[in-house]
Amino acid sequence: MSESILSLQHLHKRFGALQATNDVSLDLQQGEIHALIGPNGAGKSTLIGQIAGNIRPDEGRVYLADTEITGMSIAQRARLGLGRSFQVSSLAEPLSVMRNVMMGVQALQSHSFRFWKPVARDQQLLEPAYAALERMQLSHRAWTPVCELSHGERRQVEMACALALKPRALLLDEPMAGLGPEGSAKLTELLEALKREVPILLIEHDMEAVFRLADRISVLVSGSVIAHGDSQAIKQDPRVREAYLGDLDA
Amino acid sequence: MSNHTASSNNASQNTAAKAALAAHANSHFNRKGLVQLALLGLLLLLPVAAYFLGHTYYVNLASRITIIAMAAVGLNLAIGYGGMVSFGHAAYFGLGGYVAGISAYHAFDLTPFMSWPFTVPGSDSMLVVWLVTVLLCALLALAIGAISLRTTGVYFIMITLAFAQMIYYFANSWPTYGGQDGLPIYIRNTLPLADSSNALSYFLICFTGLVLAMAITSRLMKSRFGAALTMARLNDVRLATAGVNPYPIRLVAFVMSAVITGLAGALYADLNGFVSPAMLSWHFSGELMVIVILGGVGRLYGPLAGAVLFVMMETLLGGFTEYWQLFLGLVLLGVVLFAKHGVMGWLAGRERNE
Repeated sequence: MSESILSLQHLHKRFGALQATNDVSLDLQQGEIHALIGPNGAGKSTLIGQIAGNIRPDEGRVYLADTEITGMSIAQRARLGLGRSFQVSSLAEPLSVMRNVMMGVQALQSHSFRFWKPVARDQQLLEPAYAALERMQLSHRAWTPVCELSHGERRQVEMACALALKPRALLLDEPMAGLGPEGSAKLTELLEALKREVPILLIEHDMEAVFRLADRISVLVSGSVIAHGDSQAIKQDPRVREAYLGDLDA
Repeated sequence: MSNHTASSNNASQNTAAKAALAAHANSHFNRKGLVQLALLGLLLLLPVAAYFLGHTYYVNLASRITIIAMAAVGLNLAIGYGGMVSFGHAAYFGLGGYVAGISAYHAFDLTPFMSWPFTVPGSDSMLVVWLVTVLLCALLALAIGAISLRTTGVYFIMITLAFAQMIYYFANSWPTYGGQDGLPIYIRNTLPLADSSNALSYFLICFTGLVLAMAITSRLMKSRFGAALTMARLNDVRLATAGVNPYPIRLVAFVMSAVITGLAGALYADLNGFVSPAMLSWHFSGELMVIVILGGVGRLYGPLAGAVLFVMMETLLGGFTEYWQLFLGLVLLGVVLFAKHGVMGWLAGRERNE
């Protein structure tokens, strides 16, 4: 347990009569991809919200390394090293790719109440941002406005933004959504390379990608984790087959 | 690929970043620059010419345009750059005006503004007036902003309006300083090394104020703070996810915006030799907003272009008919429908994002 980078301990969240999160405990270890799967309405989004900081749990705690982050703001969590991507890319679209990525670098270096020095000539911002883009193989698009990018490229920008924070853990919300086979394959490759440095909590619908990438899988149904294990174990678990996978055989 | 990148490409990555940037930052003199230079040049040269031809009226008209443009520069920082649609900037404009008026009143009367717990005399020095204006506007905007920025959209517009109206009615019902009749400034406040009572000198003071406000805005928006403010306007979820809390960024920008508008208000009261609750009324908040939209929201020279157009229409059309605002309405309609980026967008082309 001491090696956990991210750990959720007995999270509960209730919306009126709906128990959206019911005693969920999860952890993310160094060097792994931990996938979280579950059918629509299983409470994945609510759980992500509690990790990322836009939803407060009713009970339970969230730790990033040894720091409790349960009550922290989104921005505080980000500065502590929690990077995330969104189901629908959330970027400043009129701005260039660089401007988007540079913001994370800026947040990490100091507070943003610096009023004088122009960012456009600030190598302290430009170089780390450019390096993050190179890691995501997107440096050739550095000065392109985000609104001119494809779906897959936007996803890469989001990941570069997360990397700019020098993250300790990554939270990726359906990164394969809407990518198509080619983009999906490319991203799978990038994630495989990435996980050696940063452990990834992956929420994903694309089963092929999950079974290929994930070291461990947790299955969320009606707010509870009903199964937990490696891909073989999950594929064979009768409760999972019943609740979620249906007649999938692979 | 990661091994390769990590070991051998550090140096070339550095130069690549610089090259990308150099190509990017290489801005040439263009139509936009020409329009901006013409606008600022004419605003400076025409009043100087008018003064030496003996038309003091036009010098004062130019001062009026300049001051209103400066107030709009302040509002543009909130609306255009920060995405905070304040419908209460008259509060700061009027506060600046009342600081100038009340200070001059006590200096003229030789009575103290307050005598307990310590004595605060009036002052006829513009430097003192401006300093007090900066402090009071910053405090007021900090309080109003701290509450208003908890809301967004229509609620933000309404709550800023509500605060400004509270101050308007307060000034209206405070008989010591004229109440609804306003307060005259018998002798214009003074500035070292300048004869502020001279129309041209006073215009040059105002012009300097406008240019400084624009230069500061420009520099500010290129800084790290400006980058964060831009991101707060475009996508505040992204800003938070990148590790910057949007609220304090917005609040500081709101305060700066209010201070610029407040200083314009102090200049305006001294120009007219008079301050009244009209400077605090929601009509003026609306006019400032119209000016920002006319000129081009979020454009550095937008407030200036908007103020020129607005005051010109008011002066020229207002001479023919008291219903001149009918024509203002038509022009505004035309701008909103056909030139979304305002007069500056129309004259100088669209702004390019980086």
